[in-house]
Amino acid sequence: MNFRAVGTIYHFELARAWRTLLQSLVSPVISTSLYFVVFGAAIGSRIQEVEGVSYGAFIVPGLIMLMLLTQSVSNASFGIFFPKFTGTIYEVLSAPVSYFEIVLGYVGAAATKSLILGLIILVTASFFVPLRIDHPFWMLLFLTLTALTFSLLGFIIGIWAEGFEKLQLVPLLIITPLTFLGGSFYSIDMLPPVWQTVTLFNPVVYLVSGFRWSFYGISDVSVGASLLMIMIFLGLCLALVGWIFKTGYNIKP
Amino acid sequence: MSHDIADATATETRPTERAHTLQATPSVIAVQGLTKRYASGFEALKRIDLDIQHGEIFALLGPNGAGKTTLISIICGLVNASDGQVRVNGHDIVTDYRAARAQIGLVPQELTSDAFATVWNTVSFSRGLFGKRADSAHIERVLRSLSLWDKRRNKMITLSGGMKRRVLIAKALAHEPQILFLDEPTAGVDVELRRDMWDVVRSLRDQGVTVILTTHYIEEAEEMADRIGVINDGEIVLVEEKAALMRQLGRKQLRLDLQTPLASIPETLAHYPLSLADDGHVLVYTYAASPDEHSTPASISALLNDIEAAGVRFKDLHTEQSSLEEIFVNLVRKDA
Repeated sequence: MNFRAVGTIYHFELARAWRTLLQSLVSPVISTSLYFVVFGAAIGSRIQEVEGVSYGAFIVPGLIMLMLLTQSVSNASFGIFFPKFTGTIYEVLSAPVSYFEIVLGYVGAAATKSLILGLIILVTASFFVPLRIDHPFWMLLFLTLTALTFSLLGFIIGIWAEGFEKLQLVPLLIITPLTFLGGSFYSIDMLPPVWQTVTLFNPVVYLVSGFRWSFYGISDVSVGASLLMIMIFLGLCLALVGWIFKTGYNIKP
Repeated sequence: MSHDIADATATETRPTERAHTLQATPSVIAVQGLTKRYASGFEALKRIDLDIQHGEIFALLGPNGAGKTTLISIICGLVNASDGQVRVNGHDIVTDYRAARAQIGLVPQELTSDAFATVWNTVSFSRGLFGKRADSAHIERVLRSLSLWDKRRNKMITLSGGMKRRVLIAKALAHEPQILFLDEPTAGVDVELRRDMWDVVRSLRDQGVTVILTTHYIEEAEEMADRIGVINDGEIVLVEEKAALMRQLGRKQLRLDLQTPLASIPETLAHYPLSLADDGHVLVYTYAASPDEHSTPASISALLNDIEAAGVRFKDLHTEQSSLEEIFVNLVRKDA
């Protein structure tokens, strides 16, 4: 294991985040605050409590998930797409590092960034609404697993994308809709029965549900199902990354 | 056992003795039957065999699209081979890639860089990537040797093309490689910088680094290389020591500007390889540049005597030696 190389990639990627601090951290915080103002204060004041939790507090886990998913995907996809685009990837490929180490460096850095971001949003949220975290360990576990899984997905997208359009395509067409329809802003009990069934095919529902359970002890689906779902998704992403490096798809002709 | 001892002694050979012992040294890079077929069916490399000797400067010469970069890219791990094998100091580049790659530094053809990183950071990054402990003294040495020390705090985006090229060389040297690949190192570089780079490459060779450079500038190969390989259309057409190549294939010409033009070559001179040029104004005598061939310069005095006897008068004479460029053009053309 070339730990030094992993550390080098990891630190270089994090340094990139500090260079672009405004985009990386400040803008998600601002947009989350806007969500709280609009949904929490303006609209939320007219919505009754959801399962004993005020609406403003109810949406916090969903909002954090929303940011975590989109930021993980965009951080990781950009992190690997950019060297591919500029050509600096040659150096990583020519170095004595294994594929696993490359992934660990890039995905680790992206996941760290979104993890930090998630915690910052959590702190921001605490200024707007009364928060309660029933199961802090599970909260951190869900946060870490989700950041890791979606950073892996971002890495895959970054390798798959041949241009900036494709890079935006998946987050825009898939991630954002799935997240909005994944119970971030509502409990699926509020949906008509048919849509309750349809929504169970949305993997994000399980993530949001499990994450919300770690806060308030309330969930749409069982915690075990949530955990299983994220592990399955993590496994799929790992398999896909393995296949990419085995075949050299879009990275090593 | 005796083979091992021979290898060990050969490896320790000093650079000054290198030219005489090239044949005895073990190969640093051994390429066997290397083939690259792309999905489109295009065969970029066709069963290449090539051995690079320890401590030499090897120039891989070939026209655009001949397969130079593909060959380098496979050895360095950027491209997968379809078939064949490459060993770097005995380490297979696929099964033992860590040991193989650790010894190699690569300077790519394209000027790629992380635009917003500083020179110091990007060079240090390269060292870390190869798993080497941070060593600011070494980075400083490399930067100074490439006249980059004053630029160490500059961001890559602010550097000129020539400076970026130097940074790429510094990055490749950051992990103290035994073997350095330079893919078209002086493409788009001005004359002065080119000379500087040649000096850098020579000093690396003197430190025992094996250098493989690709170029389509003949001048560069002629100036730098100990050995030259010519690649054309995915095949190695020729590998030869430069001096021997020049000797074997080089032709010299003696050109005599005549006082009065000749319609044909006089019969008394018919046994010489003579020809007429410029409507009979110039008499051309072609002979091998190598002095040990039968048409040695010694026979030139006989020729001049016979020309005198034949009553042919000339007002001026000069000789020309064919350059590597002509040799190269002939090779590639013959092959096409």
